[in-house]
Amino acid sequence: MTIIYLMTAIAEPRKELAQRSPRQIAWMRLKRNKVSMVAAGVALFFVLIAFLAPLVTKIFNVDNTTVYPNVLGDGGVPKGFGGGISWHHPFGLEPGVGRDLFGLLIYGSRISFSIAILTSIAFVAIGLFLGISAAFIGGLLDNTLGRLADFLLAFPTTFMYVALAYPLSLRVEAMGLAHHNGARIIVMVSVLVVFSWPGFFRVVRSQVLSIREKEFILAARTQGASNMRIIFKEILPNLWPLAIVYLSISLPGYLAAEAVFSFLGVGVQAPGSTWGLVLNDATNFWQRDPAYLAIPAGMVIIVVLALNLFGDGLRDALDSKSDR
Amino acid sequence: MATPILKVSGLKKYFLSSGGFTGRNKQVIKAVDGVDFEIYPGETVGLVGESGCGKTTVGRTILKLYDPTEGSIFFEGQDIAHASKVEIFSIRSKMQMIFQDPYASLNPRHTVGEIIGAPFQIHTKLSKDEIKNEVQSLLTKVGLNPEHINRFPHEFSGGQRQRIGIARALALRPKLIVADEPVSALDVSIQAQVVNLLDDLQDEYGLAYLFVAHDLSVVQHISDRVIVMYLGKVMEIAKTESLFKEPRHPYTKALLSAVPIPDPKLERSRERITLVGDLPTPANPPSGCVFNTRCWKAKDICRTTAPELLTVGSSTVACHFPE
Ligand code: SF4
Repeated sequence: MTIIYLMTAIAEPRKELAQRSPRQIAWMRLKRNKVSMVAAGVALFFVLIAFLAPLVTKIFNVDNTTVYPNVLGDGGVPKGFGGGISWHHPFGLEPGVGRDLFGLLIYGSRISFSIAILTSIAFVAIGLFLGISAAFIGGLLDNTLGRLADFLLAFPTTFMYVALAYPLSLRVEAMGLAHHNGARIIVMVSVLVVFSWPGFFRVVRSQVLSIREKEFILAARTQGASNMRIIFKEILPNLWPLAIVYLSISLPGYLAAEAVFSFLGVGVQAPGSTWGLVLNDATNFWQRDPAYLAIPAGMVIIVVLALNLFGDGLRDALDSKSDR
Repeated sequence: MATPILKVSGLKKYFLSSGGFTGRNKQVIKAVDGVDFEIYPGETVGLVGESGCGKTTVGRTILKLYDPTEGSIFFEGQDIAHASKVEIFSIRSKMQMIFQDPYASLNPRHTVGEIIGAPFQIHTKLSKDEIKNEVQSLLTKVGLNPEHINRFPHEFSGGQRQRIGIARALALRPKLIVADEPVSALDVSIQAQVVNLLDDLQDEYGLAYLFVAHDLSVVQHISDRVIVMYLGKVMEIAKTESLFKEPRHPYTKALLSAVPIPDPKLERSRERITLVGDLPTPANPPSGCVFNTRCWKAKDICRTTAPELLTVGSSTVACHFPE
């Protein structure tokens, strides 16, 4: 009797999922999704270029400060096809001042990516921390955080930022933390984070509340696991997929938000350069130098689209509902 | 028999329902309302009743997953109902639990090795390799391949997962295991395997089980004694054999009459008792005997006076008019 049931019990586990961790299964699913793999490649390409900006611009022998006034023609518009595209200036030149557009955009993307990544990581970290605390400690803390989240979610982020950007930047400068664009970047990231964490906080809180009632948490309690162990060993590993999905899905949004704010003139300002700022400048020249508008606009669209598609693929791959 | 390993007396567990938006209509749910029983070393005690009768709450309160509202729980002579956290921690390894849902009871992000190794991490100072050895010998014990130590729960079938849960409960050599409907989520063909495994392990380690279930045929197979609960109260406690042969309490009788008998002739000839009415809510249990709203033998006294648990023949019964 014993032998018979031992043998049936050791029957092979399901083939396809055998020997794979949840992470490997997600990776397998992601790999099968061609669109998001291509999107991931494109996004990674842009991010790499942004962070290797000094190296890349050196290879192309350009930078983001040197002006080339002799290539500019009437009214500051660059001479030649497509806004002065040449071997030396692959994307042409900036009308008016006369800097190299390739260098400008690459250095600009550095700022844009930094703002987007910093904001995403910060709001995810805050959301995780507060969400877990609220669900676990409950009571007054939970109520207070819940009301605060509702309160913040009621504000339109864009208008709040437009209204607050200038006075807050002055404040930051007065405190001596940073100056000019540094101060504006600090304010932009802070405001975006303040208005972004509540949404994620709510999702985390409800997730933790539902995980907490699972039997494996009871099992941990019957073993005498401490609350800290339960949070870090039992609950947190189940929240990573959620955090990663939120991170990747919100990234393109902040990239676009940075562009919009800088475009509106409340973000980074000249002589700094970001995509939004270049686009803003480009609207002054769009009839005489359409390439100056088309190139950065195309870049923003490609990167935001790629990140969105990748985020979607990642969400599908990490969807724990299909884990079983 | 020797001294009981677990003695529960007057155990009560009330829950407060949140009571709607204003919190004004708070209700007291009497999930467990005065329960007494004991479990002896090496014994299997079945705990049966309809869902909502408080049997799961009894199991969880014994393990101190819930704080009892009233009453005492003596484990090896020590009252743990009101013990400090440190005292509870030290008895955790001696009392363990097997859960109902083999899918929800294993953390999907942990490997089998991490799941079964956790109790060792918490309670012992064994090194990683020593824990690995322990885990692998436990896997062999419960009939799984020790080489599967690095696999994740999703790679196993329901029955195999339940074996993982059993190995985890067994890890620190407990003396008492509360098995909360351990086979009700499994296929019938696999139920027998798991029940047999529990049986074998009991012989090997001298375990005592509190076997919570609603499936009477499984309980009949595995238990030495059976406790019948209804609406947070004990109706009858008896040796398995005498309970199934001559149930004394009307409620036990009704429960048994719903169990199908494999012999069609007997099945047709016997009388069936169908309970009328719904299970009353534990927020507002009937006065007197809690079963009086559905009992066909109920008299006036049943509506006013709650019956005591008294010995009748070989059973202990809470009824004014036992069979
Ligand atoms: S005490 Fe009365 S109502 Fe309760 S079970 Fe016995 S006969 Fe029925």
